[in-house]
Amino acid sequence: MKVLVPVKRVLDYNVKARVKPDGSGVDLSNVKMSMNPFGEIAVEEAVRLKEKGIASEIVVVSIGPQQAQETIRTALAMGADRGILIQTDEQVEPLSVAKLLKAVVDEEQPQLAILGKQAIDDDANQTGQMLAALLDWPQGTFASKLEIADGKAKVTREIDGGLQTLLLELPAVITTDLRLNEPRYASLPNIMKAKRKPISMKTPDDYGVAIETHLEQIRVFEPPKRKAGVIVESVAELVDNLKKAGVI
Amino acid sequence: MAILVIAEHDNTQLSDATGKTVTAAAKIGGDVDILVAGHEAGDVAAQAAKIAGVRTVLHADGEVLAKQLAEAMQALIVPLAKDYDAILAPATTNGKNYLPRVAAKLDVMQISEIVEVKAPDTFVRPIYAGNAMQEVRSKDPIKVITVRPTAFDAASNGGAAPVESIDAPQGPFKAKFVGEELTKSDRPELTTARIVISGGRGMGSAENFAMLDRIADKLGAAVGASRAAVDAGFVPNDYQVGQTGKIVAPELYIAVGISGAIQHLAGMKDSKIIVAINKDEDAPIFQVADYGLVEDLFKALPELEAAL
Ligand SMILES: Cc1cc2nc3c(=O)[nH]c(=O)nc-3n(C[C@H](O)[C@H](O)[C@H](O)COP(=O)(O)OP(=O)(O)OC[C@H]3O[C@@H](n4cnc5c(N)ncnc54)[C@H](O)[C@@H]3O)c2cc1C
Ligand SMILES: Nc1ncnc2c1ncn2[C@@H]1O[C@H](COP(=O)(O)O)[C@@H](O)[C@H]1O
Repeated sequence: MKVLVPVKRVLDYNVKARVKPDGSGVDLSNVKMSMNPFGEIAVEEAVRLKEKGIASEIVVVSIGPQQAQETIRTALAMGADRGILIQTDEQVEPLSVAKLLKAVVDEEQPQLAILGKQAIDDDANQTGQMLAALLDWPQGTFASKLEIADGKAKVTREIDGGLQTLLLELPAVITTDLRLNEPRYASLPNIMKAKRKPISMKTPDDYGVAIETHLEQIRVFEPPKRKAGVIVESVAELVDNLKKAGVI
Repeated sequence: MAILVIAEHDNTQLSDATGKTVTAAAKIGGDVDILVAGHEAGDVAAQAAKIAGVRTVLHADGEVLAKQLAEAMQALIVPLAKDYDAILAPATTNGKNYLPRVAAKLDVMQISEIVEVKAPDTFVRPIYAGNAMQEVRSKDPIKVITVRPTAFDAASNGGAAPVESIDAPQGPFKAKFVGEELTKSDRPELTTARIVISGGRGMGSAENFAMLDRIADKLGAAVGASRAAVDAGFVPNDYQVGQTGKIVAPELYIAVGISGAIQHLAGMKDSKIIVAINKDEDAPIFQVADYGLVEDLFKALPELEAAL
């Protein structure tokens, strides 16, 4: 079974986003960029499926600038087999990403697409669901456990009230939550090996998908800042203050 | 303008998130209908009908809708969309699960987790874990939107909208419900509680969370957690507050043994009063705390319990 894993190149989760003074966006010049952490979890899950003999091939795809090749290389070093970079310097909205991914699915015919539940830059949490809808596939979003057996995927999902388990017919879309697994670090030999794994370079045109902008960004601004308050010396002083503030 | 708000509920009780989404809909302006999709959820439809300012409650009842699974919700909502200029759902795990499918089928972009309505087509939403706010104008003919409930007040009651039955979609669907493990608690729900007390890695163990439980019971508070505490297995996943967990904005948030990573702050920094208890005076959580107590939590918590 072939598995498709879309990964996005984003501002590293450890770096605090800085809003550009002109309000045009977040400053991404000279900052550390990394694979979206939920994408790492998706790659790890696919690699584990391969290690169990369930997945036969893992294809990683990223839509983004030339540098997203590095993100794909990281996934290849973790154990994915080959990559596809759909290169564009434009901001691609989740709907267009989903359309491109659908085109890749049509070509590659995977049985499973594992995406991150959310990209930590746009915080949209929608691409996987959109892809599932465009393909008319079932979806198991926010997955914390995945088992494949008898042509079906059993998925445990993190929901507001606890956990929910679904059985999905394959092919299906899975989106990863934090508890699905702990991604491995690529070993040096695997990093070296990854350099020889193939990445095919494509453009949105190759898939006949026009990148449209449905949401026009008017401005990006900083949220109101909270200021630090007071340091209290004791629990008694704390309780006193909270009583005065009328909250307890 | 006509707006469809999709109700969040458990087939018995309408969630507060619905009324808050109605408030967001009212800010867009126009006739507001509520869709109750569920199984034997007549009580929920009746509760929705009482929300002030609602034109009609559409009630679809069927076993396929019992868990509001994504495919059935898509099949139900997409055909209704032609009558509406906007479709709104609360940004709960349910809303986030099914609404993007609706958007994709309508060939529109979902506007995720709005916190402000600037104009009927212009919205503000957090990006980068709330470190930046993005104002966007939607060019789509139908606006498909999830709403962050903590950013809007609940709509008032006092309405008496008619309830109209509509058909549930026909399956079969390719996803089957197998089971669920819901966290049971007599405490208030995390996202709507007036007071939240959360523990982090510093709590050390699941057993130690009982210290927070006892204080929560005294305060009528809900208990939350950081990702590290959930990952360590101290508490269930649905306790997680943050960028990728639950968003809370209570009157009082007490963070105990939590360092204050940006991903955690994203979920609680709109709380009215923040208290931090941490033994490390340099913990970033103190930069957003109204009251900070630099102390070992194993000393501070028993004292706090005794003082309440
Ligand atoms: C993609 C992604 C998404 C994430 N989403 C979330 C999210 O939604 N929510 C979230 O919370 N995190 C999230 N995180 C994780 C986040 O980055 C932090 O790792 C996490 O919040 C840290 O949890 P913590 O503060 O409990 O642990 P730590 O950072 O380890 O802090 C523990 C704190 O406890 C204090 N402490 C220890 N012992 C005591 C004691 N005896 N008395 C008093 N204080 C003590 C320490 O001084 C320290 O400050 C996410 C991370 C990623 C990569
Ligand atoms: N540009 C992209 N390239 C590859 N995958 C993407 C891209 N954008 C989003 N995705 C996938 O969709 C998931 C959810 O993203 P989002 O809907 O933007 O929050 C990510 O975790 C990725 O798996």
